[in-house]
Amino acid sequence: MYKTVKISKGLNINLKGDADRLLQKVARSKIFAVKPTDFYGVTPKLVVKVGDQVKAGEVLFFHKKDDRIKITAPVSGVIEEIVRGEKRKILKILIKADAEDIYKDFNLVDVAQADKNQILNQLLESGLFTYIKQRPYDIIANPDDMPKAIFISAYDSAPLRYDYDFALRKRLADFQTGIAALKKVSEAKIYIITNGNSVSDFDKIKDVEVIKAFGPHPVGNPSIHIEKFEPLDKNTIVWVVNPISVALMGSFFKTGKYNTEKYVALSGSKVKKPHYVSIKPGADLSEIIKNNIEEDARLISGNVLTGQNITKDPFLNYFDHQITAIPSGKKPRFIGWLPFIGENRKSFYRFNLSPWRKVQYDASLYGEERAFVMNEELESVMPLNIYPMHLLKAAMIGDVEKMEQLGIFEVAPEDFALLDYISSSKIDTQELIRKGLDEMKIQLG
Amino acid sequence: MKFLENFFNKYKPLFDEGGKYEKLRPAYMAMYTFAFVPGETVEKGAQIRDAVDLKRVMFTVVLALIPATIFGMWNVGYQYLTQVGAAFTNWEAFVYGFWKVIPLIIVSYVVGLGIEFYFAIVRGHEVNEGYLVSGLLIPLIMPVTIPLWILALSVAFSVIIGKEVFGGTGMNIVNPALLARAFAFFAYPTFMSGNEVWIPKPENADAYSGETLLGVLGQGNEIAYTWKEMFFGNIPGSIGETSVLMILIGAALLLFTKVASWRIMLSGFLGAALMAIIFNLFGANALMRFPWWQHLLVGGLAFGVVFMATDPVTATQTRKGKWIYGFLIGIFAVMIRVFNPAYPEGVMLAILLMNVVAPTIDYYVVQGNIKKRMKRFNKQAA
Repeated sequence: MYKTVKISKGLNINLKGDADRLLQKVARSKIFAVKPTDFYGVTPKLVVKVGDQVKAGEVLFFHKKDDRIKITAPVSGVIEEIVRGEKRKILKILIKADAEDIYKDFNLVDVAQADKNQILNQLLESGLFTYIKQRPYDIIANPDDMPKAIFISAYDSAPLRYDYDFALRKRLADFQTGIAALKKVSEAKIYIITNGNSVSDFDKIKDVEVIKAFGPHPVGNPSIHIEKFEPLDKNTIVWVVNPISVALMGSFFKTGKYNTEKYVALSGSKVKKPHYVSIKPGADLSEIIKNNIEEDARLISGNVLTGQNITKDPFLNYFDHQITAIPSGKKPRFIGWLPFIGENRKSFYRFNLSPWRKVQYDASLYGEERAFVMNEELESVMPLNIYPMHLLKAAMIGDVEKMEQLGIFEVAPEDFALLDYISSSKIDTQELIRKGLDEMKIQLG
Repeated sequence: MKFLENFFNKYKPLFDEGGKYEKLRPAYMAMYTFAFVPGETVEKGAQIRDAVDLKRVMFTVVLALIPATIFGMWNVGYQYLTQVGAAFTNWEAFVYGFWKVIPLIIVSYVVGLGIEFYFAIVRGHEVNEGYLVSGLLIPLIMPVTIPLWILALSVAFSVIIGKEVFGGTGMNIVNPALLARAFAFFAYPTFMSGNEVWIPKPENADAYSGETLLGVLGQGNEIAYTWKEMFFGNIPGSIGETSVLMILIGAALLLFTKVASWRIMLSGFLGAALMAIIFNLFGANALMRFPWWQHLLVGGLAFGVVFMATDPVTATQTRKGKWIYGFLIGIFAVMIRVFNPAYPEGVMLAILLMNVVAPTIDYYVVQGNIKKRMKRFNKQAA
């Protein structure tokens, strides 16, 4: 029997440009960028310098505070440039890729035979350990702290949802091996979340608890299910792993190669023909954009709610598997604040008298930042048992005790993405939660 | 609207950083954003946003107040011309009232927005939209004969002491509009109560009577109005509060758009009805005997519950809290009415009181959530 979770608070935003379940070949990018900022919480210590030759899977940099956390090259090639920002902070490492990847040889380890430490070691050496996120704090996991449970959400409920069933259909065996590896490393219970309204290949995965999720977005977010089955406090740890990462781990153990090629969805109303492509993380997207995406689009690595604007610097972020293109939307709207005549966006409020009118969602902020005034809108998209406005205010002033009491350990910034969207005060709530989590981490170690 | 856009763009450099009038930027931005929703796009956070901003929310409340405002103007004329005794048309009544009420509205907005702009410029933050609503609410809850200087003083008091000292819109403890009324009521009682303030006094009227219904009841007399008049609102009272029908039209708009909390409105009326029913059972004096459902029709109760109690800043902010908050406003409003006829307008005091108590209600509701969590933490730790 499956476990079920049903929520009613939340919001489904239907956007144009859902990616067809269709894979199209694209030419391999010539440049790849690895951004240390993708590895949240890692202070990079460089191992390579400009001009070095690297193989796919060789270390680029490691975490200053824990040298076991290694970040490895997604492709083989020559380090072309190390771009630094203020205070010499490393912004990205550019690799000029070889025409075909040369892989670093990792010793083959049979998951069934190996012991826990061997597997952990392999994950750390290959850089695949950085694919594991830890809750609380939503940061890269600590190899010393084993989790009580692992949550894998194979149900993307966000707008223009990424279809894990399609993306991993041919890799279910890899996925199963990845599960075995995770199980051995953690000795923890593994939960998989799948769409309650349809049958999924992941329902048949062995050695896991399947949770069927019903309701609007964010029902696919792991936090919803963690709250129900393994509620968190500061001493309880759970891991969150993306299904794609699990499959990559599986194929790594089978081949001994760090091959990170994955299906990436090209979606959004500015994509001419939305579809999937198979590329590696960090890929330069300029060629793909030229052929597929209309001009004057905002390019997002990730989905529209949690993704990052990469219009000016179009590289796929390391852990993202979706590229979204929407209209950039830079036009002032004459008395656009009048109710009932504005755009027909999904809203908590009922300001639209013509719901049949289609609207293209663009990146307009649609107003200016103000103090929190309205609160029911925030509550209406927060299915977790917390008071979002109170938690956000505690995060604003950095009150550690209050944040703990109000449930900061149970949330990740992504759980507030819909609050960003819905807030009439235009306050960036995801950023506030991230700030709050950082503060907790500093204060509580 | 290219012309207007060009106009704003032409003067923009003057107000930008390094411009001649850099300090006045909040004022420029307030004007510009009133004409145009700026073309700003999202930098951080979710890459798409709802098309709703505070201007739209606040303006919806202003829209909801329009029926009561227009009716209020007509009623001012109607009450006056009835006292005069000559025949008149509805249009004449409206025009008379219009010229009585418009100066109040203008003074309220000019003084209030002037102070808001001043504080925004001094503090270098944007002008918040909160006063759009307060600016209209304040004249609507005043007697029409209020001298403009008292109105201006009340507005200044409520904006400065009620709002800006706490940090502006979103931070205030009590409803600014009610604070303005309370200020006028306690500082200048002779202009705010009695039987001569609700209707402009005709110069040569012999039998002038302009007492509010609650005033009549408070003196132990029976009232001469039918429930229909109470419902439609052609009775003496503050400008906007008399017509329950017009208030309900506004309420319908607020509830349809979901701008105001239905929980507060419903529980407010329930609380008032319950308290009035209890008083009906005792029936010791005219106010106690006044039928409970008519309590909901007279005075400022409907206006207060629909437009003031639902102010999201000063109300409770949790769902459970909203039920308690609204219910207690209803209870106290009728209780103050009946027990203390010297202040027949119980709803003003009830809402102000509950504004102050609201954070405490929220505190206990949130504390319940915290306690549950802490209990679980301790269990997990053990």
